[in-house]
Amino acid sequence: MASKVLMKGNEAIAEAAIVAGCRHYFGYPITPQTEVAAYMAKKMPKIGGCFLQAESEIAAINMVYGVSSTGHRVMTSSSSPGISLKGEGLSYLAGADLPALVVNVQRGGPGLGGIQPSQSDYFQATKGAAHGDFHMLVLAPASVQEMADLTVKGFDLADKYRMTAMILADGTMGQMMEPVSLEYDIAPPPEKPWATTGTNMQREHNIVNSLYLAPEALERENFKRYERYKYIEENEAMYEEYMTDDAEIFVVAFGIAARVAKNAINDARNRGIKAGLIRPITLWPFPKAPFVKAESQAKAVISVELSMGQMIEDVKLALDCKVPVTLCNRSGGMIPSPEQVLKAIVDADNGGAK
Amino acid sequence: MVVFDKPHALSDLPMHYCPGCTHGIVHRLVAEVIDELEIEGKTIGIAPVGCSVMAYDYFNCDMIEAAHGRAPAVATGVKRALPENIVFTYQGDGDLASIGMAETVHSAARNENITVIFINNAIYGMTGGQMAPTTLPGQVTQTSPYGRDVNHCGYPIKVCEMLSTLDGPEYLERVAVNNVKNVKNAKKAIKKAFQNQVEGKGFSLVEVISSCPTNWGLTPQKALEWVDEKMIPYYPLGVYKDRSAKEAEK
Amino acid sequence: MSTTQFLFTGFGGQGILFSGKFLAYKGLIEDKQVSWLPSYGPEMRGGTASCSVIISDTPVGSPIVSNPDVLVAMNLPSLDKYEDAVVPGGIIYVDSSLIERKVKRTDVTVHYIPATSLAEENGMPTLANMIIVGKMLSELNEFNDEGINAALGKVISARHADMLEYNLKALKIGSEN
Repeated sequence: MASKVLMKGNEAIAEAAIVAGCRHYFGYPITPQTEVAAYMAKKMPKIGGCFLQAESEIAAINMVYGVSSTGHRVMTSSSSPGISLKGEGLSYLAGADLPALVVNVQRGGPGLGGIQPSQSDYFQATKGAAHGDFHMLVLAPASVQEMADLTVKGFDLADKYRMTAMILADGTMGQMMEPVSLEYDIAPPPEKPWATTGTNMQREHNIVNSLYLAPEALERENFKRYERYKYIEENEAMYEEYMTDDAEIFVVAFGIAARVAKNAINDARNRGIKAGLIRPITLWPFPKAPFVKAESQAKAVISVELSMGQMIEDVKLALDCKVPVTLCNRSGGMIPSPEQVLKAIVDADNGGAK
Repeated sequence: MVVFDKPHALSDLPMHYCPGCTHGIVHRLVAEVIDELEIEGKTIGIAPVGCSVMAYDYFNCDMIEAAHGRAPAVATGVKRALPENIVFTYQGDGDLASIGMAETVHSAARNENITVIFINNAIYGMTGGQMAPTTLPGQVTQTSPYGRDVNHCGYPIKVCEMLSTLDGPEYLERVAVNNVKNVKNAKKAIKKAFQNQVEGKGFSLVEVISSCPTNWGLTPQKALEWVDEKMIPYYPLGVYKDRSAKEAEK
Repeated sequence: MSTTQFLFTGFGGQGILFSGKFLAYKGLIEDKQVSWLPSYGPEMRGGTASCSVIISDTPVGSPIVSNPDVLVAMNLPSLDKYEDAVVPGGIIYVDSSLIERKVKRTDVTVHYIPATSLAEENGMPTLANMIIVGKMLSELNEFNDEGINAALGKVISARHADMLEYNLKALKIGSEN
C-alpha cells in the first residue's frame, strides 16, 4: 500500500512505459491523452530518452517505425481522430513485423466528434485499423493500475510476437486518478537479430520491409503471420469474470463500461437477480472461453458499450448466436449509468426466460 | 589493373530501372561515397515508394522500406535511436515533395542529422508517368494530358529554394547527372551531404535533377538534353544553403 | 456506510480539482479505495469545473459520481445543476458568499459557508475550496492532523511548499466555522 501513488491513467501509462524500458516517444497533442506526451516531455530528457513532438500523427507513427526497426522499445499515443491518421503506419508496422506500443485514449466520433469518453474505435482496433490482412494485440484497461500493467504487458507481447500492441482506453481511464503501484520485474526484451542497426560488415544486410510484389510471396507472409495470430488467439486471451458462477444474465463490457456494469450487477444481485460480468481484457484476441459458460447457463446476454454497438458482434460470434444478445449503450461521449444497465438487466431477467 | 569496379556498398542484384534512367548513376554515387567514407557497416538507408522502392535490395547496408513520403520521419526515428549510425533517405519527387512534404519540411526544420537524396525527374515514374509536384508548366503527363495548366493545378515546387528559407537545415544543393561534369559535381555534393552527417552538422539534402526517358517519351540521349534545355533553367543548379561554409566566411 | 461519493463543483480556477485530489489522497493514505475523475476539456479553462471523488472500503466500481452523497457547490450554476442529483439524506456544502439562494431540497443536510469571503478576509483568496473541505472533514469526523498533513504533502509540490501553511490554515478556518 505504502508504495501506491495517485496518478492519472495517462500518466500511469507513460511511467509504466519508462519502467518497461521504453526510451523513445513520439506524438502529437490531442485531448484527452495529452498528459502522456507532457509526462514524456518532462521525463525523457532526464533519463537519456527521446521525446519528440512530431509534426503530425502520421510522422509520429513513422518515427515509431524507424525506432522499432532498430530494435528499441518505442511508443506513441493519441486519441481517435489521431489514431485514424496513424492507420497507415499501423499497417506498415504489421507488414514489416515490427513491435510497437500504441495507445488510443478514445473520444467520441465519427469525424472530429467530441472529446468525451468513447469506445467507438473497437472495430478500428480489433478489425480494421488500416488496409491489409493484419491484427494488433488490443488491450483494454479498466483501472489506472491496469493502464500501467497492460502497458508493461503490451511491450512484452509486442516484442514476443513482433506486433503492435494497442492500449484501447477511453477519456475516463486517461483522466481519472486512482492509486497505482509501478513495481515490476521487467524481463529483458528478446534478441532482435532482424533489427537494422548497421551490418558492422559482419553480416548480410537486414531489410525491414512490407513490399512483396510477387503475390505468392505476399500470400506466404500472410499465412505465416496468421499462424502466429492463431497461436496468440489460443494462448493470450485475457478476461475477468465477476459473479458468473451462477449467473443467468451475463453482462459483457470492457474498460469504463465494465466499471459501470459492476455497480449495476451489485444492484441486481441485491434485488435477487443472478447477474454476472464477463470483462474482456484483450479485445483481440477476443476471449472465447468465458462464453462457453454463458452459452450453457445464460437466459440473456447484454453488451454494454460506449458506442452504437461494436463489441456486440464478437459477443454474438462467441455465443454462436445461441443466446439472445441485447445492446445497452450510450454514444458520442456519453456514458451509460448504472441505472441504465440495471434496467437492461431487469428487462432481460423479465423477458429473457426460455 | 582494375579500371572499373562496382562499389562494395552496391549489391550484385540487377537493377530494374529503365534504360537511360539516371537512378542507377545516383545509386552508384551514393555507394561510392559510402565506400570512400568507410561507413557501410554503420549506415542505414531508407527507401521510398516510387521507382526506387526496391533500393533496399541494391544497397548492401541495412535498409528500411518506408511508407510513401514518410522516409524522413522513419529516418528521424532511426537516427534518434542510433545517433552514432549514418542514416540516409533516398526519395523521389512525389514521395518527398508531394505526399511527404510535411515530413520533409519538418525534418529540415528540426535539422535532423540525416542525409536526404532527392531525385527530381518531374514525373511519377512507377505509376506510369503522372504529374509530379515538380512537373514543369506546360509539361504533358498522363494526368496533365494537355500540359500542366498552372491556373488549374498550380506551379511546380522548388524544394531547395523553399527549404532554404528555413533556419534549420545545414546544407541544400541542387545538382544534375546529365553529363560528366554534372555527375562529378553531384558526387561532390552527395559526399558533402554524408560528410556533414558524420561531422554532426545536420540536415543535408541533395536534389538531383534526373531524367525519365520512358515517361517523358524521349530517347535516353534526348532526355539528357531535355534536362539541360527545360529542367535546369527552371531548377537552377547550385548551393542553396551551406550554413557551415557561411559561418566560416564570417 | 462503506462508500462515499463526493462531487465537487464550481468555476474553473476555484481549485475544484485540487480539493478533490486532496480528499482522494487523504483517503489513499488512510488505506481506503479511492478514485478521482475530473471533467475535462474546454471547461477546464475558465468555465464550469467538476470532479468526482469516491472513497470506499471496497473496490471502486464506476468512478463517475452522478448521485453524490456529498455535493460541494461553489457557484450558482453548479447548485442549480446538481442539487436534485444528491441522494436523499445526502449533504450539500454551499459557498454562501457566492450563492445567494438557499437549497430547496428538504431531505438533505445543508451547510452554508461564506467560504470566499472568509478566504479573502484571511488573506488567502484562492483557498475558499479548502475552507469548505475543512468544514466537510470536521462534519464527517475526518479532521485528523496526520492524514491532512500527509495528503497536503502529496498534492502540494515542493516548489510551492510555502502554500502548505496556508492550506492548513484554510482547513482549520473551515473546521471551526
